[in-house]
Amino acid sequence: MSSVTVTEAPTGQELLLSTSPHLHSRWTTKQLMWFVVLALVPCVISSVVYFGFYQLVIITTAVVFAAGTEALIQYLTKKPVTISDGSAVITGLLLGLIVPPYFSPAFTALGAVFAIAVGKMVFGGLGYNIFNPALVGRAFLQAAFPVAITTWTIPQFAVDAVSKATPLAAFKFDNVVTPLTPLVVGNVGGSLGETSAIAVLIGGIFLLVTGVANWRIPAAMIVGMLLFGGVLWLLDPAAPDPVFHIFAGSFLFAAMFMASDYVSSPVTGTGMWIYGLGISLVTVLIRVYGGLPEGVMYSILFMNAFVPLINRYTQPKLFGEGKA
Amino acid sequence: MIFKTFPGGVHPPEEKELSEHCAFERMPAPSIVILPLSQHLGKQARPLVEKRAVVAEGQVVAEADGFISAPVHSPITGTVKSIGRESHSSGYAREALVIVPTEAKEGETLPEPQRLPALDPAIISVADIRARVKEAGIVGQGGAAFPTFVKLTPPEGKQIDTVILNGCECEPYLTRDDRFMIERPDAIISGLQLIMRALGVSKGVVGIESNKPQAIASMESAVAGQPDLSVCALQTKYPQGAEKMLIKAVNGREVPPGKLPLDVGVVIQNIGTAIAIHDAIAHGEPSITAALTVTGRGIRNPKNLIVPVGTPLSEVIAYCGGLTEDAAKVVVGGPMMGVAQHDLDAPVMKATSGIVILTQDEVRRQEETACLRCGKCIDACPLHLLPTRLARLAQLGMIEEAERLNITTCMECGSCAFICPANIPLVQWLRLGKQRVVHMQRNR
Repeated sequence: MSSVTVTEAPTGQELLLSTSPHLHSRWTTKQLMWFVVLALVPCVISSVVYFGFYQLVIITTAVVFAAGTEALIQYLTKKPVTISDGSAVITGLLLGLIVPPYFSPAFTALGAVFAIAVGKMVFGGLGYNIFNPALVGRAFLQAAFPVAITTWTIPQFAVDAVSKATPLAAFKFDNVVTPLTPLVVGNVGGSLGETSAIAVLIGGIFLLVTGVANWRIPAAMIVGMLLFGGVLWLLDPAAPDPVFHIFAGSFLFAAMFMASDYVSSPVTGTGMWIYGLGISLVTVLIRVYGGLPEGVMYSILFMNAFVPLINRYTQPKLFGEGKA
Repeated sequence: MIFKTFPGGVHPPEEKELSEHCAFERMPAPSIVILPLSQHLGKQARPLVEKRAVVAEGQVVAEADGFISAPVHSPITGTVKSIGRESHSSGYAREALVIVPTEAKEGETLPEPQRLPALDPAIISVADIRARVKEAGIVGQGGAAFPTFVKLTPPEGKQIDTVILNGCECEPYLTRDDRFMIERPDAIISGLQLIMRALGVSKGVVGIESNKPQAIASMESAVAGQPDLSVCALQTKYPQGAEKMLIKAVNGREVPPGKLPLDVGVVIQNIGTAIAIHDAIAHGEPSITAALTVTGRGIRNPKNLIVPVGTPLSEVIAYCGGLTEDAAKVVVGGPMMGVAQHDLDAPVMKATSGIVILTQDEVRRQEETACLRCGKCIDACPLHLLPTRLARLAQLGMIEEAERLNITTCMECGSCAFICPANIPLVQWLRLGKQRVVHMQRNR
């Protein structure tokens, strides 16, 4: 609808007509999505380094089934097949990176199908889903295969294998605090892509510096965790310190790659802050008082549900309405 | 160095290097002149001459009709060939006088070019400034072409304390104001002082984007030793030159929605307008030439030109060496807010600031996808609107909701559509929505 071409008789040249603006930034949906894929590569590498090459089977399965499901549904519903935009690949990658090492590829495939079919396509595809599709898939796996999804393999170079558990589980069930160094490098139990803070930060900072991800959501989550985690830690000596909260489990991974997902997060600046702070609050409550050691997944899904409401109540004040 | 600015906005490629070093050239008289009666915002001028009349360069050929209107002068000596609807760079045909140059026949003499009597800018009275600006048919050179004398005649009771000259030229490619500031700083300051006198204001500021260091230096030396005048260097960011954004950056004031700069004590004039005012007073020149940048990768020889008003775009393009093979879009104005042309017979008008010719590679449209809700348009909108939401409402015909979310405040700067990764034609939808809101309000 947006442009027509006319032939300019005297010069014989075809002239394009369209409304202003006549310039466009370098960003396209496709480019943004493939930048996210690129940003996840360090996490894929860290999963292989710590848990072995077999993890590539899991990740590839997730990607293939996510993209395949999207293509199949689009084909069946006679919609244009848009898997080249990279968004289904991201969903697959994210799902593959948040399951335990040596997780069954069959279960992974099922999770990927569910993530795309129920998490994304039933809402109308890219841009219309309310919940983060990868987390929908993960939540499905948690419900369907509760034992498999919490069976952790320790990293191949783990020096001090306390138990076959994650730092958060070790804290919750055995009151063992994992020191910061292994959390930062990633030499601990956990889901494939989440264990190494370094790998997560390399990809995350790449997204922030290039402007692909909005800095407000990760910032709000980290500030929120320092705040809420800190308050709880001061009030309750049994609660872990906020720095542990940030580096343990999937918090950083979620801040950089899950919560900052465009479609399922707010569009307004203030909204992004509320959303990020909310995720941290719910996470810390689940981790400290809930039955599960980790709460990031449910906190994001929980806050996803409030996004339309947040958008509605955080409309920016019109220019000139602040001061008369 | 940190420059002042406003929140929001975008950074399109500047592309000034194509023409920023080209000094102004005067283009010779064209073979035909098409003079639209409406080259300004407001009521169109009323023609004073008949078909076949011989008119002199500088002669008034159409008079202002009403308060918000402006007279039109003939830029050449010639014969009125026709009066009727002609191409117009807005895209719609408009009433225009067509004038062709005349050769003097034997025993006949052509009328001499007419000029208004020169006045001394140092002693001219307020009433004379306004009268001359009106008589010379000067309109705002910043794009909207609002009759300038109206802006110099503020309603009673408005307290104005600052005049800002807009030297931002935030549209990519255009270098007209930049060249003016480099080549004619004294005329600009003279124009600024005349505007200040007409408004009884003692503070004058020239706002210039940081990507024009030569212009900043030139204007700084022109204001040296004059305590009531200053130069304010601003961050290079689009749309820094929009009135509301410029005021915000220069003195921190925010013009409320639906209000004018006047309401916060500021009058803004363009650099080109200041020069036109100076020339009309000191040299008696009516508004018969337009200064413009002809640029882009689609034109062979980019230039900054002084062109007789009414010259067809095609003749200007030919004078600049013609279009390149891969020229794809001819835009009158800047590439962010200008109008793509379908007919190169449309004429240059008083407020035409540029002709930008873009190539195939530059105009290739990326595929449009669904909105990702990334919020980039919201961060970019300098007026803090919700472009993606408003576009959607316009699309769905939810006009009352669009009105409630202030769609009519949108100034169509294009920042949202520029940044949108989904390539949604946001400005197009916003325009549609605005039109429908205005239509609905009329029917109330």
